[in-house]
Amino acid sequence: MPGDTLTLLADRLRGPLGDQWVITDPVRLRTYECDGLTYHRATPGLVVLPETAEQVSAVVRACAEAGVPFVARGAGTGLSGGALPRTDGVLIVMSRMRRILSIDLPNRRAVVEPGVTNLAVTEAVRADGYYYAPDPSSQQVCSIGGNVAENSGGAHCLKYGFTVNHILALEIVSPDGDIMQLDALDPGYDLLGAFIGSEGTLGVATKITVRLTRAPEVVTTVLAAFPGVAAGGKAVSAIIGSGIVPAAIEMMDALAIEAAEAAVACRYPEGAGAVLIVELDGPAAEVAGHFEQVERICREEGAFEIRVADDPAERAAIWKGRKSAFAAVGRISPAYIVQDGVVPRTALPGVLARIAELSAEHGIRVANVFHAGDGNLHPLVLFDDAEPGAGERAEHVSGMILDLCIEHGGSITGEHGVGVDKARYMPKMFTEDDLDTMQLVRCAFDPKGLSNPGKVFPTPRLCGEVPGVRKGVHPLVESGKAEQF
Amino acid sequence: MTPSEPPHGIDAELIKDCVHCGFCLPTCPTYVLWGEEMDSPRGRIHLMGQHVEGAPLSDAMAGHFDACLGCMACVTACPSGVQYDKLIEQTRAVVEREHPRPPGERAMRALVFALFPHPRRLRALRLPLRLGAPVARRLLPRLRALHPSLAAMVELAPPVPAHRTRLPPRVRAVGPRRATVGLLTGCVQGEFFPGVNAATARVLALEGCEVVIPRRQGCCGALSLHSGREEEAVRFARATVAAFERAGVGTVVVNAAGCGSTMKDYATVLAGDEAWARRAAELRTVDVAEFLAELGPRARRHPLRLDVAYHDACHLAHAQRVRAQPRELLGAIPELRVKEIAEPDICCGSAGTYNLFQPEAAAELGERKATHVLAAQADLLVSANPGCTMQITAALRRTGRKELPIAHTIQVLDASLRALPVSALTGGASL
Ligand SMILES: Cc1cc2nc3c(=O)[nH]c(=O)nc-3n(C[C@H](O)[C@H](O)[C@H](O)COP(=O)(O)OP(=O)(O)OC[C@H]3O[C@@H](n4cnc5c(N)ncnc54)[C@H](O)[C@@H]3O)c2cc1C
Ligand code: SF4
Ligand code: SF4
Repeated sequence: MPGDTLTLLADRLRGPLGDQWVITDPVRLRTYECDGLTYHRATPGLVVLPETAEQVSAVVRACAEAGVPFVARGAGTGLSGGALPRTDGVLIVMSRMRRILSIDLPNRRAVVEPGVTNLAVTEAVRADGYYYAPDPSSQQVCSIGGNVAENSGGAHCLKYGFTVNHILALEIVSPDGDIMQLDALDPGYDLLGAFIGSEGTLGVATKITVRLTRAPEVVTTVLAAFPGVAAGGKAVSAIIGSGIVPAAIEMMDALAIEAAEAAVACRYPEGAGAVLIVELDGPAAEVAGHFEQVERICREEGAFEIRVADDPAERAAIWKGRKSAFAAVGRISPAYIVQDGVVPRTALPGVLARIAELSAEHGIRVANVFHAGDGNLHPLVLFDDAEPGAGERAEHVSGMILDLCIEHGGSITGEHGVGVDKARYMPKMFTEDDLDTMQLVRCAFDPKGLSNPGKVFPTPRLCGEVPGVRKGVHPLVESGKAEQF
Repeated sequence: MTPSEPPHGIDAELIKDCVHCGFCLPTCPTYVLWGEEMDSPRGRIHLMGQHVEGAPLSDAMAGHFDACLGCMACVTACPSGVQYDKLIEQTRAVVEREHPRPPGERAMRALVFALFPHPRRLRALRLPLRLGAPVARRLLPRLRALHPSLAAMVELAPPVPAHRTRLPPRVRAVGPRRATVGLLTGCVQGEFFPGVNAATARVLALEGCEVVIPRRQGCCGALSLHSGREEEAVRFARATVAAFERAGVGTVVVNAAGCGSTMKDYATVLAGDEAWARRAAELRTVDVAEFLAELGPRARRHPLRLDVAYHDACHLAHAQRVRAQPRELLGAIPELRVKEIAEPDICCGSAGTYNLFQPEAAAELGERKATHVLAAQADLLVSANPGCTMQITAALRRTGRKELPIAHTIQVLDASLRALPVSALTGGASL
């Protein structure tokens, strides 16, 4: 019986962890039932909150011996159900492992525990003129461990790269409970690279060495207003094509602007069908030169108003609308789904036009907010949860947008991960052979398939089993709001 | 409606506003302490949801609600506009009604609620505290063994001023009159920190305000409201509204953050009765720093060569969104430098009666705050809430560290307007 197994496991773990940190009360367990994607829910069989790598190792070893699956959880802000617990398993919550262990400025690195928030790393070194570059919008709350698992990105990853470019070494607990070190400098296969973005399926990270980046000399932020997304999209391609790599290029369409206006009164230029936010950073002379070019390109592509910010307050005013966009959509729609997909930058105008058609065909509004520089779309699919069938239609449109991304040679996720939510799209993107090959990597780390099973791959299969594609429908957003971003 | 109107329960619609994004986690003091979902705003809202769906109010559940400081840092942090303040108020009332407390805890709560909201009873307590404080402090370890809350009460008691300053019912404006306002004297503020009220009246007068100080004002109801004692809160709220109506003022200036946030919410507290709700809505409550910043300076500021660490009281910064104004008022004093305290959003653990009912967590938060306060390397600690200053001072004392002189924002301003020497603030006693 899984119940009995879990009871025994809980008893075994109380010693090493302490009574207080082994949670069995059903009401308490339920508070861990979902992450930032609330329509996938499962009450964990057991929750533990370790404070050291040794404790994590003890938990994982106990799970391995009992054949019980385990799932790591950081801050629970994931948007693909990656930290969705197992009712027959253990949820290992990393939120008490949140010490910054060392900061080494001359070598530009810091060693942190996985529960440290992304922003806390930057705050610890800001006064010295450094920061931690990857900046997901959730940076004040999401954990570095979660960032590693999801290979998270943010607006500034266009220039600076995703999490994978900023992790120098990891200490992990392997799925059989051993504490191991993975280092970027290790000769041989890049196991560090394999672990980053593995969504908790290859073990639990317990210590993370991050790269610190020197803060740029100057930052200039440009807000350009265009009549529509097509013109904005062309400006993006032209800027990148000119050889400039801005720190960020973000685009919002008219509906997204409307939402942001309603929520935070960001006062973007009136009548804009799209706004582009271009941020340039680096040495003063270089930024000044690039700024002139960007301004010229924007005008050539039809920008009718351009604003420039040189100090933090003005910059914050420009970013305010963009940063609030997800939450702000709640002001213009009772419910919405945040999609995450990638298309080649050059395909942007075509894909956007097709999204507009899909939207019109199904009577479902779609607001577009995206990291335009690398073609990472975040369409916000709006619907009224009180209207029968609207949730299904929204889910349908949302799925078709992903199909569109695949058709154009893009990807089903840019930064939110596959988790449970998109596992069923994996066979659309990859062949059976591709998936089997990935499965071999997984089996090398986790032959028993106990580390976050059921995520990423469409069918939870044991190593050596004949693979098959999962069938069946996704649980729709039929009840309540789609309370996810 | 009568104050004993049937229970309303927890509003499920308010729970639905939460999108489970977790943005509130890092500013929640209990999450900072324990890192558990159930002791975070998101987790507490989830628990409320479970209760609404039918899960019984178990000891475990009630414990997580009780552990909430009501600091409202989560309201500031939430991008989705979740009204956690309303939710926790409703939840506390449900806990009070549905959750039987063990006898010891019940007795403790009865004692606190019999004392604090009643100025006259507090006054009676002043003399024994004055004589007994040093003795009681020696007894601390034994009291703590008996009940941690008893120790907390003794530890927190500030040195009691020898004389009670009696404020006149009306203070005339200096120079041409710019406004007429009422002044709330508050219970804890009035009894333990009478200097703050005197300073408030003086500064207002020097800035050209006529100050009306009704004699018969009682507790504003904040303590009761934040502890789920709805009916009691309604009674206090009505009495306070009536007192200022009688005094004939439309604006009430408040210098205690907790009282200000409650009074600004009177229209909701009294929503059950239309006539009272209307009367409450007609009375404008404003924090003293907010009021003075809005009014603009007229009196001359004299220099004070001082570094002050400004502590954001939760009920001012989070509940009333008053952050910039006190800093602005202090920063405008020549030669005075305002120093920021790290983790300004995190509560010091005082939070109304929290340090009396959850002494261990409160002590931990107090020590965390005290460490940051010392790191700011200031000459003076300034805050707008008597609870906070009592709490931080107790933490400094308990951990055997240097005690910092404390003052209310308005006392610093008062010293500047009256050209007092710095020692008037850092010397302690005269305030
Ligand atoms: C409002 C909002 C905005 C967001 N914006 C962005 C954005 O701009 N860019 C972006 O990339 N993401 C974004 N996200 C998604 C999310 O914040 C990131 O995926 C983040 O990295 C998740 O971190 P977490 O600590 O919350 O992890 P969780 O959600 O708790 O877990 C995520 C995954 O990581 C695994 N995991 C967690 N800790 C460990 C560990 N120590 N070892 C191994 N595996 C672990 C879990 O098993 C799970 O699979 C956003 C989310 C929200 C709610
Ligand atoms: S009010 Fe304060 S203690 Fe309570 S949940 Fe909100 S942030 Fe946490
Ligand atoms: S920040 Fe607001 S919406 Fe997000 S989890 Fe907290 S209360 Fe819910």
